Amino acid sequence: MNAPMILSPDALAKIDRALAKYPADQRRSAVMAALTIAQDEKGWLSPETMDFVAQYLGIPPIAVYEVATFYTMYDVKPVGRHKIAICTNLPCALQGANVAAEHLKKALGVGFNETTPDGAFTLKEAECFGACGDAPVLLVNNKRMCCAMTPDKLDALLKELK
Amino acid sequence: MGLPVPPFPTDSYGPDAIIMKGLDGLNWRLKDYEARGGYAALKKVLSEKIPPDQIVAELKKSALRGRGGAGFPTGLKWSFMPRQFPGAKYLVCNSDEGEPGTFKDRDLLRYNPHALIEGMIIGGYAMGTTVGYNYVHGEIWDVFERCEEALDEARAAGYLGRNILGSGFDFQLYNHHGYGAYICGEETGLLESLEGKKGMPRFKPPFPASYGLYCKPTTINNTETFAAVPWIIVNGAEAFLSLGRPNNGGTKIFSVSGDVERPGNFEVRLGTPFATLLEMAGGMRGRRRLKACIPGGSSMPVLPEDIMMKTDMDYDSIAKAGSMLGSGAVIIMDETRCMVRSLLRLSYFYFEESCGQCTPCREGTGWLYRMVDRIEHGKGRMEDLDLLTNVSDNIAGRTICALGDAAALPVKSFIKHFRDEFVHHIEHGKCLVPDYL
Repeated sequence: MNAPMILSPDALAKIDRALAKYPADQRRSAVMAALTIAQDEKGWLSPETMDFVAQYLGIPPIAVYEVATFYTMYDVKPVGRHKIAICTNLPCALQGANVAAEHLKKALGVGFNETTPDGAFTLKEAECFGACGDAPVLLVNNKRMCCAMTPDKLDALLKELK
Repeated sequence: MGLPVPPFPTDSYGPDAIIMKGLDGLNWRLKDYEARGGYAALKKVLSEKIPPDQIVAELKKSALRGRGGAGFPTGLKWSFMPRQFPGAKYLVCNSDEGEPGTFKDRDLLRYNPHALIEGMIIGGYAMGTTVGYNYVHGEIWDVFERCEEALDEARAAGYLGRNILGSGFDFQLYNHHGYGAYICGEETGLLESLEGKKGMPRFKPPFPASYGLYCKPTTINNTETFAAVPWIIVNGAEAFLSLGRPNNGGTKIFSVSGDVERPGNFEVRLGTPFATLLEMAGGMRGRRRLKACIPGGSSMPVLPEDIMMKTDMDYDSIAKAGSMLGSGAVIIMDETRCMVRSLLRLSYFYFEESCGQCTPCREGTGWLYRMVDRIEHGKGRMEDLDLLTNVSDNIAGRTICALGDAAALPVKSFIKHFRDEFVHHIEHGKCLVPDYL
């Protein structure tokens, strides 16, 4: 097959390392890691990217699509450069998460599931991160957790990311 | 605001801590763990060639119960594994900690990862498995990376791999990273996810002990459960049991969140009075009065102040009080909190996280959410209260997994204990208390 290489050699090496964790006949187990690596490189998971992952793992494309759409941290539509997901579940809400969420909406001028016109930020409402003691808590691009986010710290974060 | 930042005092988790004892947030590496006496249990097991059956018997005697939510006796679970089954068998750790209010495994994984690794190796030895997976919650990427580093350390030191410490026993362990699905905390949903599929729970039986990961016999335990094993091997089942109460052995890490001065993780003896735990968390924030507490994570029934203050924190006492210890997530709500609004947020969560596989849960969670939503927003009808209970009863026990029950229990208990607030909302279209959740 001569499908174009959608991912970099570096990304493929990372996927290969993930594959090595599972039995040789269970390549499908690496689909979550592969999608994570692909999303980190591409910013979001386009159908072309998902098809490439399917081909690389040797599984049907539908098996990749259904995973990408089931787990909330995969983005199958484009998002801003910085995706900010803030948990507003009950324990966090009791510790100021809604105040933090309102502050973010005001500062960015967008609501949940919206992206700023300059494409810099997408704001998301998220469910439990398992970090309730650190509330208000948010994630930047799925991987950077920011804890105890007071309005001052939120402003500093947005300034840093801009 | 926020959990203690490393380095923090080594007694931060409480004076009776055994798993989290001596941690300062920075001393997570292999050499630190060994300096605290780590891997002594594994060495003892392998050098004395302790028979696997004896390890399982010891765990039964210790009354160690599952720390993830169900509280199932660990020794009994381990005894279900068909040791003699030829071919692959698997050991899985459920670190997919996403039950609202629970944040203990995150601390365990980032500040004491080798306790889990050692517990899993001993588990592998006891159950005759040679491969294990640690499924880490999707949202804690930095913790996943630390777990990877800790595994590298354990491999380099010869604690993992072939012929561990010259014993002839082989065991390999890998971390698997989730990516955002509460349902994967359910053990068979987790197995599906490990296999690279949507995390939709499996019908049981067959149970994982006969048909688990890749259709092979599999045992799944929570992070904290595995981490307690080394201490039991070194100090003995009786010592562990005596830390707690009969049928409730050992210590338990409680995650205290909500309206307290110092939200945090506290490892206390099972049977510790709730009031003591509340005090460890600095007491009520702003010296307000306790109104309600969910003692075991958002899926467990809420209890009002008068019942909670009389309750001790162990599996049997909390069950007697009308709730469950669950994952040990203690969510505290003070007198200013609106119970309708609190329930609304939880109902949204279960609606959002239902995997959609079973009709009662897929349709019922949305129905519950919409009803609580209209009560909260002044459009409720008095008959909604009975309907909420009725829908809850028609979800609970009628689904493949416990998410259905988890969605139903809060609804029923909130209405049972705080019915007047729901009635007030319906009659007056507003809260009994200031509205600022």
